[in-house]
Amino acid sequence: MTGFTPWTSLAGGGLIGLAVVLLMALHGRILGVTGIVTGVLTGSRGWRLAFLTGAVLAPMGLTFAFGAVGFHSPAPWPWILFSGLLAGIGVSFGGGCTSGHGICGNARLSKRSAVATICFLLSAAATVYAIRHLIGGL
Amino acid sequence: MPVIAALLIGMVFGSGILLGGMANPAKVLNFFDIAGTWDPSLAFVILGALAVAGPGYRFILRRRRPVFDTEFHLPPRRGIDLRLFGGASLFGIGWGIAGFCPGGAIPALGLLRPEPLVFLIAMSAGILIAHRIQGRIADKIGSRE
Repeated sequence: MTGFTPWTSLAGGGLIGLAVVLLMALHGRILGVTGIVTGVLTGSRGWRLAFLTGAVLAPMGLTFAFGAVGFHSPAPWPWILFSGLLAGIGVSFGGGCTSGHGICGNARLSKRSAVATICFLLSAAATVYAIRHLIGGL
Repeated sequence: MPVIAALLIGMVFGSGILLGGMANPAKVLNFFDIAGTWDPSLAFVILGALAVAGPGYRFILRRRRPVFDTEFHLPPRRGIDLRLFGGASLFGIGWGIAGFCPGGAIPALGLLRPEPLVFLIAMSAGILIAHRIQGRIADKIGSRE
């Protein structure tokens, strides 16, 4: 069980939206974590590496200052590996993930992003349903 | 300057992910578990982000150029094809298995737990494999795309 946190989640979303707008206003770039990670992996570092560094440092600093936050990763190790592989291949072919399609793409009313968002939300929900309610967990 | 700005924007993003609860795989999985221990919080993360990014983009993209670059780099308008359906659906399966997505796992690295690192290493391998495959497809199709 995890508690329903509408207000902190709304505020967190607002911060994500702010980062999305700032990256477009300053760097002229879509805030798609898939695209940014792919750029770093294929040799274009610069602002991308700086962005990822900041994205890691902030939670580190926040938990250091305010104490641990809820974190629970229920999947067994081999399944985490497998899920990473699937996600990596999927976001490459799909051209984006939750941030790139789900937030940036939908914010600029891209039809492709709307379709991608519906696809990954439905397939994630179906996967969770199958794991938890059909086979009774991993 | 662009690099320092990107570091700060990354910090805003990472804080938002952490505050919203998207760095916690259990919370993400519960968002999808409508038939079980449903936690609708993540819908509020997406709503909050779109409420800011939607009007923000409209305002910003009316300008001639971004501050640190000569143009806005927007993805080319492409059609809706099988690759988009398949890729997005495959990503959803990966997301639903362990509760990690790229944008959640990067900030989760800052919690100094091993799971996000393992996910990101496997995800990077997946991205590189997909690039190999896409490169070969592009070679075969030639200049059609």
